[in-house]
Amino acid sequence: MAVNLSTPVPSPRRRLIPAHLRWPVGYAIAALLLFLVYYYRGYMSPEVSDFLQDWLPPTAINEALVWVICALGLNIVVGYAGLLDLGYVAFWAIGGYTAGWLMSEFFYQVQVHILGSVPATRPGIHLSFWFVLAAGAALCALFGALIGAPTLRLRSDYLALVTLGFGEIIPQVFYNGENIGGFNLSNGSKGITPVDPISVGPIRLGPFDLVWKYVIFVALAVLIIWMSLRLREGRLGRAWLAIREDEVAASAMGVPLMRAKLAAYALGAIAGGIGGVAFATHVNGVLPDRFNFSISIILLAMVVLGGMGNVWGVILGALVLAWVNSTGLPQLGNTLNEMTGQDLNLPSYNYLLFGGVLVLMMLFRREGFVPESRTRLVLREHGREGVSGEATLDYEAADDLAVPGTGTDVLVIGEERPDTGEDVRRERV
Amino acid sequence: MTQTTHAEVLRAPLRLQDIALRVSAVLILAGVTTWLVASLATSPVQFFSAAVAGLSIGALYALIALGYTLVYGIIELINFAHGDLFMLGTLFSAFLLTTVLGQTGASATAWVLFLVTLLAAMAFCATLNVGIEFLAYRRLRRAPRLAPLITAVGMSFILQFFGLKWNGSTQRQWPSVLPAEEFNIGGVVISYRFIIIFAVTVPLLLLMSWVVTRTRQGRAMRATAQDQDAARLMGIDVNRTISFTFALGGAMAGAAGVMYQQIIGSTRFDLGFQLGLVAFTAAVLGGIGNLTGAVIGGILIGLIQGLNDGAAYGLGQRWSQSVVFGILILLMVFRPDGLLGRSSGDRG
Repeated sequence: MAVNLSTPVPSPRRRLIPAHLRWPVGYAIAALLLFLVYYYRGYMSPEVSDFLQDWLPPTAINEALVWVICALGLNIVVGYAGLLDLGYVAFWAIGGYTAGWLMSEFFYQVQVHILGSVPATRPGIHLSFWFVLAAGAALCALFGALIGAPTLRLRSDYLALVTLGFGEIIPQVFYNGENIGGFNLSNGSKGITPVDPISVGPIRLGPFDLVWKYVIFVALAVLIIWMSLRLREGRLGRAWLAIREDEVAASAMGVPLMRAKLAAYALGAIAGGIGGVAFATHVNGVLPDRFNFSISIILLAMVVLGGMGNVWGVILGALVLAWVNSTGLPQLGNTLNEMTGQDLNLPSYNYLLFGGVLVLMMLFRREGFVPESRTRLVLREHGREGVSGEATLDYEAADDLAVPGTGTDVLVIGEERPDTGEDVRRERV
Repeated sequence: MTQTTHAEVLRAPLRLQDIALRVSAVLILAGVTTWLVASLATSPVQFFSAAVAGLSIGALYALIALGYTLVYGIIELINFAHGDLFMLGTLFSAFLLTTVLGQTGASATAWVLFLVTLLAAMAFCATLNVGIEFLAYRRLRRAPRLAPLITAVGMSFILQFFGLKWNGSTQRQWPSVLPAEEFNIGGVVISYRFIIIFAVTVPLLLLMSWVVTRTRQGRAMRATAQDQDAARLMGIDVNRTISFTFALGGAMAGAAGVMYQQIIGSTRFDLGFQLGLVAFTAAVLGGIGNLTGAVIGGILIGLIQGLNDGAAYGLGQRWSQSVVFGILILLMVFRPDGLLGRSSGDRG
């Protein structure tokens, strides 16, 4: 064998950024760019500034971040654990009202100030934004567990209905809550407004400090992203994935079904609570009629569009759909109407848009646009009824995951792909 | 139970959780009974008036609930879009009877045209439902459970969009061709409209029950519901049978739509969502998949809602959604199989 030792071994192409860091680095750069753009917006030419104000207003970006936070929470429930939650808006509402209760003059009978951002002479409960975040998260986790405990033994589609019921009841309680047995819980349809500004140490953020609010919201989103990623890797995350794919098998392997599902509910709810508190400070108040069923569906569409279970995809789905909903549709409608002279009310097409996203994605690309490799295999698999279904495997997808060199598409659970270092996880072939 | 011996398994010890469940079930039932008796004792006339109103809306719920229960029985899908189909039925009825046919009051012609509208709306909703099944659900029959469920939710949103474009974003009032007169039995006011609801609903329910139990197509439906593959082996066209089921459910929703629009007199684009949920609760209450159960559940839910809205100690209309969903949740906790449902291994 004449091996020329001087020939260099063909090494795998070195990339600037390792594959598993590409998404986070990309988002970090985008977030930084956005920050710089808005920080230095005053120095830009009026045309650019106006264009940005029309097509990418800072309020829309901050709102999109709230959507990201909530969508990531829903992703834990739907994407990780495979439990359909159609009442996620309830947690958003509870988070919002926590902010309303603890950061305003609503309870004017008492005077509690703990590092609040308003002068100490004002009535009401005024806690620091950061405490309220924790309180909202804790309250939502409690409610998540309360909702979950009696209902989680039900089959998935019943569960969807019960969560939907809770998602209707809780906003209705807030809506009718100005007199519950003589107690004013939520100020009824008037809502609670205004909410205290966010304070960071001695600095108070006024309603127009959108850039700094942006920074805070990004930080909150990063917190939730970190939580999601860590959970996904850990014992609990793996238990959820097992439950999502086959509950009976997971139970047989010793996964405590109830506890894992309950944890998914409670942890998913935490994100909803944080998003709710952030949203209350974003719009400077809480109004009950904002919390309706369509919020739950939009969140679901975000999770489905981006790719159930994949954090980076869900973020992308949330950003895109939130932008389309708040800015894209109205602006596109205005531009179209100016160009064609018609009077088309494009924002009213959002029902069609979100419904269409859900139906078309389920029909043609069930795993979402940025699929997690594992979800793709599971969702593409035919024959959930065992014997009756043609138990075919999506070979194309399996090839993507096959361990090179083994010559088969038998995949090993928890094995790392030698070429990319990605986790290859696959139970049934 | 860390150390389970055989004896313990055989005796199946009553766990604390079970005791707690039973005690709370008894407490809840006792509470409801007290509430009913107290309402009845305080003002019997008010109680019975509310009950009559509740019964008639309950008959409509029964019609809608049948659509849920039929579809669930055959392909185990909660058809979220069903309520919105009903909503489109109300819009169709309003536009055909009032806008196209120009009927605004009670007359002999109006009666005939009312029946025509009823049939047309049933055909309209049936066609629509079959179309939805063909376009969306059929491809997902073998997909994981989450997929058709999410599709149905999306479909519901799409139908709401069409409702929004058809009806506008606000509630609209319509004239009714049904007589508004009332009569009085011992102080309890009963409208003729309530009688008409029953006059339409009861024959429909009987017809439906005849179709399912006596006809060839009905037998095919029951066979498909039991085992699709075995049914296919027996020469049943499963696709056609499922389409037929959707048509039947859609027709019931269409009839309910016409009745609702004529009795209540208003249309909203988001009506279907809430009424659909109530009707689904009714279907679950009766035991989903069970036709008799859906009817009984619908009437019970209507009764409860009517009493809540109108009886002496009711919470009032603004809480009626919460009360109904509260029932749904309690039901899921205590009796997920419903009143008439068979108990199945995996709870539901």
